Amino acid sequence: MIRTKSYIVSKQLKANNLVAHVSSSILLKLDIELTERCNNNCIHCGINLAADDLAAKKKELSTQQIQDILKQAVALGCLTVRFTGGEPLLREDFQQIYIFARRLGLKVIVFTNATLITPNLAELFMKVPPLEKIEISVYGMKKSSYEGVSRVKGSFAAAWRGINLLLEKKIPFVVKNALLPSNKNEVNDFTQWAKKISGMHGYLPAYSMFFHLRYLRDEMKNIEIKNLRISAQDGLKILTRDKIGYIKEMKKFCAKFMRPVGDKLFSCGAGMNSGCVDAHGYFQPCLTLRHPNYVYNLKQGSLKDGLKSFYHKIKEGKVKNPVYLKRCAKCFLMGFCSQCPAESWLEHGTLDTPVDYLCDIAHVQARFLGLLSQKEMGWEVLDWPSRINNFINS
Amino acid sequence: MKSKVSLESVYKPSENVVAREVQGEFIIIPITSGIGDMGNEIFTLNATGKALWSRMDGKKNLKEIAKELTCDFTGSLQEIEKDITGLTKELLKKGIFVQVKGS
Repeated sequence: MIRTKSYIVSKQLKANNLVAHVSSSILLKLDIELTERCNNNCIHCGINLAADDLAAKKKELSTQQIQDILKQAVALGCLTVRFTGGEPLLREDFQQIYIFARRLGLKVIVFTNATLITPNLAELFMKVPPLEKIEISVYGMKKSSYEGVSRVKGSFAAAWRGINLLLEKKIPFVVKNALLPSNKNEVNDFTQWAKKISGMHGYLPAYSMFFHLRYLRDEMKNIEIKNLRISAQDGLKILTRDKIGYIKEMKKFCAKFMRPVGDKLFSCGAGMNSGCVDAHGYFQPCLTLRHPNYVYNLKQGSLKDGLKSFYHKIKEGKVKNPVYLKRCAKCFLMGFCSQCPAESWLEHGTLDTPVDYLCDIAHVQARFLGLLSQKEMGWEVLDWPSRINNFINS
Repeated sequence: MKSKVSLESVYKPSENVVAREVQGEFIIIPITSGIGDMGNEIFTLNATGKALWSRMDGKKNLKEIAKELTCDFTGSLQEIEKDITGLTKELLKKGIFVQVKGS
């Protein structure tokens, strides 16, 4: 019989501190795309199908299938599930799925445009709190700016009605935006409003600017999305709108993440103790990576087997593209760069082709922070450890 | 919320919380609002806390549970009774335990 000197004590602990090591059989966080459909039709979005797309609806996972995946996730140690879409609240069974997840002891993050938040749903979030902040995409402070993005009449009023319901019930949420032609003159107004929301804790809201191409490889839509992307230099102006705060954050970031990653294909952490399930039940390391080698059909297997199948592929995956090996593999700016197999897949249909747009964004930031001179490229710099050290200590 | 604890009383975990064991940590997750002051954090109990929790079946009173715990943990019966009374009081106050019967 085990005897111990310790008596009963209690403590509070953040979920992220629970696991000290990673293994192929642990799943801490799971994203579930409840639907690819959305009631908005945002001009920059990489996923939204029409809300009334019956063919898409028919292919979605059933309530029972989602509940089964949630049970499997909990058995693997999952603590947080994120419901995303499309617009997850479009599903008629959303409340049923949400309550089921919470009753299993999961914390829930909901990604939503808030247009479908009803008094009844706000009441549910109050009585059965998600334990994580709801994340709301807000595309404008005015009808013209918002609906210039969403392209749906009445969506501005609906979104603000939903936001106000959450505010009334004091349900914690954060807001984010996307920099687009119709709202680009509202950055200050939006930022000032967002900072006052209690869930934001005074932080600046995130702005998407460097948009993903469409997951479903729609070439016409991709041309539209590419045209909406702003230049790296203009993006920098948004990133540095709070210059002191930005530099402070970057110092912390550089201390942790700036180094060349070599020929390792996955350096982003995708699939390591986390995973995503798309609307059709395919488990994948990242929602944007729908490469056939990295999807696992949960209708024919378990979450545990899916996780195991990625774990080794991701851990052992190597880059073969000679341009990537010459540039990205040696570049110390990889921490700034969003280059990853998913981005390469969306842009080029391969896993290891450099995405020049992302490269430009990383270099513009590095030059702003004094890590590079105007003509240097990140992969040419050999004394990068001392440059980072100088920046951190400046 | 009632937080006076008696060794003769019977308590059990509230239906408004879920207990889970993740990577050796015994964690308690609130389901409904108003569970203590946990906010967005989860609550954990150590091995002895877990031992108490697993015996809180809504049938045994604290005195009986304390007696059982003397087999597993060092310390006198009085010390263990004091400890589990203290923890029960704390968990009652937070709404994590509820009283089933007793004064």
